[in-house]
Amino acid sequence: MASVTTSRVGVRRAASAPTRRRRDRAFGTFGGYLGRTVLAVFFLFPIVFMFVSSLKPDDQIFADLSSLRAFLPVGHISLDNYRDVFDRVPAWRFLANSIGVSVLTVALGVVVNSLAAFALSRMQWRGRGVVLSGIIATLVVPFETFALPLLWWVNKLPWLVVQNGQLLWTFGWLDTYRVQIIPFIANAFSIYLYYSYFSTIPKELDEAARVDGASWFRIYRSIVMPLSGPATATVAILTFLPAWNQFLWPLMVVQSEDKRPVMVGVQYFFQLNVAWGPMMAYAALITIPVLALFLSFQRAFIGSIASSGVKG
Amino acid sequence: MTQQITLAPSARTEPNPDRGRARRARGSEVRAGRAFVAPAVVLLVVFFFVPVLLCFVLSFTNARLVSPQGPQFVGLDNFTRLFSDPLFWKSLRNTVYFGAVVVPLQSGFALVLALLINARIRGINVYRTVYFVPVVTSIVVVSILWTFMYQPDGLVNHLLQAVSLNTVQGADWLNNPSTAMPAIIAMSIWQAVGFHMVIWLAGLQTIPGDLYEAAELDGAGTWHRFRYVTWPGLRATRSFILVTITIAALSLFAQIKIMTNGGPLDSTSTVVFQAVRAGYGQQQTAYASAISLVFFLIVLAVSLVQRFLTRDKD
Repeated sequence: MASVTTSRVGVRRAASAPTRRRRDRAFGTFGGYLGRTVLAVFFLFPIVFMFVSSLKPDDQIFADLSSLRAFLPVGHISLDNYRDVFDRVPAWRFLANSIGVSVLTVALGVVVNSLAAFALSRMQWRGRGVVLSGIIATLVVPFETFALPLLWWVNKLPWLVVQNGQLLWTFGWLDTYRVQIIPFIANAFSIYLYYSYFSTIPKELDEAARVDGASWFRIYRSIVMPLSGPATATVAILTFLPAWNQFLWPLMVVQSEDKRPVMVGVQYFFQLNVAWGPMMAYAALITIPVLALFLSFQRAFIGSIASSGVKG
Repeated sequence: MTQQITLAPSARTEPNPDRGRARRARGSEVRAGRAFVAPAVVLLVVFFFVPVLLCFVLSFTNARLVSPQGPQFVGLDNFTRLFSDPLFWKSLRNTVYFGAVVVPLQSGFALVLALLINARIRGINVYRTVYFVPVVTSIVVVSILWTFMYQPDGLVNHLLQAVSLNTVQGADWLNNPSTAMPAIIAMSIWQAVGFHMVIWLAGLQTIPGDLYEAAELDGAGTWHRFRYVTWPGLRATRSFILVTITIAALSLFAQIKIMTNGGPLDSTSTVVFQAVRAGYGQQQTAYASAISLVFFLIVLAVSLVQRFLTRDKD
């Protein structure tokens, strides 16, 4: 229960326990498979329906609803709906914005949070306890409780810009990329994940490096971080998913089309007369990147979600 | 959450013969440590502690999102207005309704799924992956997809007719005040249950196999093994799942915004939805802060009560 690593060990131990294998063989019956398959259908049919419908013209989608054809790519299959999506909305722009915002949030988050965790877990300095409890305190407060005061606050925040060769202060972060990224870089849970992972790396490594004259940053960069790949993967996934899926925040802070992320782009389709085919195509389009990532790294995805429960 | 984090005992008092050098090294350690933690601390202060504080402060003012004047202190005005606002009570009722249904159903369903995929049989990973697919699908995508499926002539009604051999007539799910919330509840559980399945699974796999072996030797059947080995072994997982599902349920927003916009007849308006409508739609930051503050207190109270109920009884 103490850290990410123990849960991994737990997985392996349970897998090799002989009793477990004997007990579970009883489930491997026809009925067991049938029940699990019915559940699989329950979880998959809406997704299949979305992808299949995105390939059909509207009248055929509705005509097919009363039969199993609703889930089969048959009839007039084309990519017309996708073409329509790109004609209606700047979908490439939305995708590029979401990719940029998510990647930057992940990259900056990995650096900022791992550095903080390194200082908290491996270095001695006064005030460490206070900082650590302050960070832990942020874990229990959901974003929705302070989103609206935060909206007011970011509208007042300053930013330095260069104009005609002069440095100038501007105020208000609304309608920028930074307002979609910077508030989400520091994350208590990422710090906590790194903190517990770092404590599994022997401190003797640091001490040896210190004796050889390595700086603290050098120890962080060349010893501790290279050994913390699994923690970085978990943090990256747990930062990427909410960043890609952000809806409430960009809905409030981004007004102009060119800075809008994919999820807020959905609004376009509801404002026009709803054309379901293109709508399904857009939904499929913004799902495909995450689904592809998930299917290629599913072990890491599920592992990171599992480790998020370890904080209990 | 604090109980797992042990503050490592300080190594500051280690005896060291070479004191001058040690002090210099320690000084650089202190400076480096603070420098490393500074970016995270500054960001958390600016984007967490200040907004949380502002939530308290602004709810006693008349702050507006865009206003030529600064906020002025107005005492309890926002709260008197809030507690006499029928929409607030309705939103609160809807939020509690959503939570009261979702929390037990979703955590129970997730546990059943976790038990099903905790088996060592061929192909089990495929099932685990499939059950998890809705979790990686954005709630926004899921909401538009199900809005389509919930149309009067949509997929859900066609399926209901097919399954019931035309005896059940469908409903206009999202446009009827009595079916809108149940429809959103069903969809929300479908989307999020895989997440908690994985967390239950992680808990299940920390239970040592020899406990099951011992129980089996004592002649315990499937139910008794669950009741006396699995269930007690999941105590920590249980309280974590309860708290996270409850907080997520109380924060309900995206589904509402996309599927019903609070309607019909405010039957799906929630506390967060109302806060966003006030603070963003009507630019009344102060009123929205008051709603957020009440929401914050509810979340806090609920998690304290749950922590107390699921506390370590030893």
